[in-house]
Amino acid sequence: MTTTLNESVPTDTPSARTRKRGTKVRRQRVRAAWTYLAPMLVALALVAGWPLLRTFYLSLTDASLSDTTGAAFIGFENYLVKDDGVWYGLLADPVWWNSVWNTVYFSVISVSLEVVFGIIVALLLNAEFKGRMLVRAAVLIPWAIPTIVSAKMWAWMLNDQFGIINHMLMGLGLIDAPLAWTADADLSMWAVIMVDVWKTIPFVALLVLAALQMLPKDCYEAAEVDGIHPVKVFFRVTLPLITPALLVAVIFRLLDALRVFDVIYVLTSNSSSTMTMSIYARQQLVEFQDVGYGSAASTMLFLIIALAVVVYLYLGRRQLGVDK
Amino acid sequence: MNQHPMNRYQLTRLAKHVGKWALIAIIIVYAVFPFYYAVITSLKPSSELFEVNYWLTSLDFSNYAQIFAQKSFLQAIGNSILIALSVVLIALLLGITASYALGRVRFRGRSTVMLIILGVSMFPQVAVLSGLFEVIRSLNLYNNPGGLILSYTIFTLPFTVWVLTTFMRQLPMELEEAAIMDGATPWETITKVFLPLMWPAMATTGLLAFIAAWNEFLFALTFTLTNSERTVPVAIALISGGSQHELPWGPIMAASVTVTIPLVILVMIFQRRIVSGLTAGAVKG
Repeated sequence: MTTTLNESVPTDTPSARTRKRGTKVRRQRVRAAWTYLAPMLVALALVAGWPLLRTFYLSLTDASLSDTTGAAFIGFENYLVKDDGVWYGLLADPVWWNSVWNTVYFSVISVSLEVVFGIIVALLLNAEFKGRMLVRAAVLIPWAIPTIVSAKMWAWMLNDQFGIINHMLMGLGLIDAPLAWTADADLSMWAVIMVDVWKTIPFVALLVLAALQMLPKDCYEAAEVDGIHPVKVFFRVTLPLITPALLVAVIFRLLDALRVFDVIYVLTSNSSSTMTMSIYARQQLVEFQDVGYGSAASTMLFLIIALAVVVYLYLGRRQLGVDK
Repeated sequence: MNQHPMNRYQLTRLAKHVGKWALIAIIIVYAVFPFYYAVITSLKPSSELFEVNYWLTSLDFSNYAQIFAQKSFLQAIGNSILIALSVVLIALLLGITASYALGRVRFRGRSTVMLIILGVSMFPQVAVLSGLFEVIRSLNLYNNPGGLILSYTIFTLPFTVWVLTTFMRQLPMELEEAAIMDGATPWETITKVFLPLMWPAMATTGLLAFIAAWNEFLFALTFTLTNSERTVPVAIALISGGSQHELPWGPIMAASVTVTIPLVILVMIFQRRIVSGLTAGAVKG
């Protein structure tokens, strides 16, 4: 992902003949460049940089929602503190660790499923057939539907008494009694995964499809002439060639999955069996009004995601061999 | 076609053909069914709501009449349109100038700026929630569309700048050389030379920014308080009945269909653009 940074930029000066004028033009251009960057940098500092630093700071205070400026500095007490021989704080809270586990579980399973199904859909869309554009448009629909709306649609389909999913499964004889998809602690995580997978297969499929369409056609023709089985061709030729695109799709999806909020908030709200890090942090911040403690959870979430990115980029680079 | 009985080769070909079309059918049904089911549910009168039907059984618009009679739902639609359009405008304005600097000028610190942009686009939104809450409150933008417009730049701006920069880089150098020889200032170069060529890229990124802002939930839920300031995702999430177990599913589905139809139409018309924008943001990034 860092390769683009090293790409060449058009040189600044038109020719050697106008070098003298060129340096003036170049200086003018560099000054203009910073001027044009300034509004964007200011905006990002205001909505991202400063708030992030404040969140770090607030996690070291006892701030509450009604008063964040008058908060007292309490060090790392929101994270971990020993009082009367008992450990308190975020890192000693089993609910927090449960939500970390839920987030990881959700992310790994849903991203894996999305990649597998995304590849299947992409392979299909890569084949020539009549009405391909129509199928592609249909596949894009789940991506365009707001997460809240898709969660509501599925909540209705998964409704324990009147839902069509239970109706279908009972009609097929797969279950005897209706299942409480969103209320049952053992099922609710799978309900959430089901909705997330449905919504994000299109994204993965499109990225894989873009990679498939750039593959050279001749090695496939050679494989066909040699009578090599298509499944073998897929694992030996196609998969290695689309691996870079897959790695990009996986990191985008993983980053999204690790901060998942909307779909869970609507489907199962604060139920402990699906509580993720984002749900936990927001509950502390807004519902319990404990900005200090909630900021500590936000900071931990940030660190965990940053760690995931670093590990992933490191492994991805190793996987890809020498990166440009 | 030949009249001989089918040999093995033809049989496998036929099986493959049938298999392919079966798979296509499954994928289409899987992708479209939830939306389709929401549409037919929204068109049922409340008396039939709890019978499971696979086909459209009635054309009853009372659910739609009910949600459009609510002032807060109309206000939510108005807020969402206002916010999404403003976000697109700001993202494109700041994005086009920044992408000129990043895509066309070589200067020290350029890679650092690109890294910062990439870093911000990976931010979990919750990580800035408390800090951003403070900023919005100190600017007196709490419970105000302005607060959401401001906060949405955190995810629309990095993406817009990134994609526009990749597009900007692909434009030929000769264009700019000619402008420089004519003594054009950088501003004139942007507005007269690049802007006319950037429209397709701007349409793509603008569309994606619109969809992202239209669908956003966490900030909208946290930074608004009263019904009159809500956006549609929040309004839909907060529709409730007498208790958790008697949610008014008819109106919820009607509202869901109402806010999704514009997006489905946009996707149908601009699918090529959306696909190229999504893949440009990821593959080239």
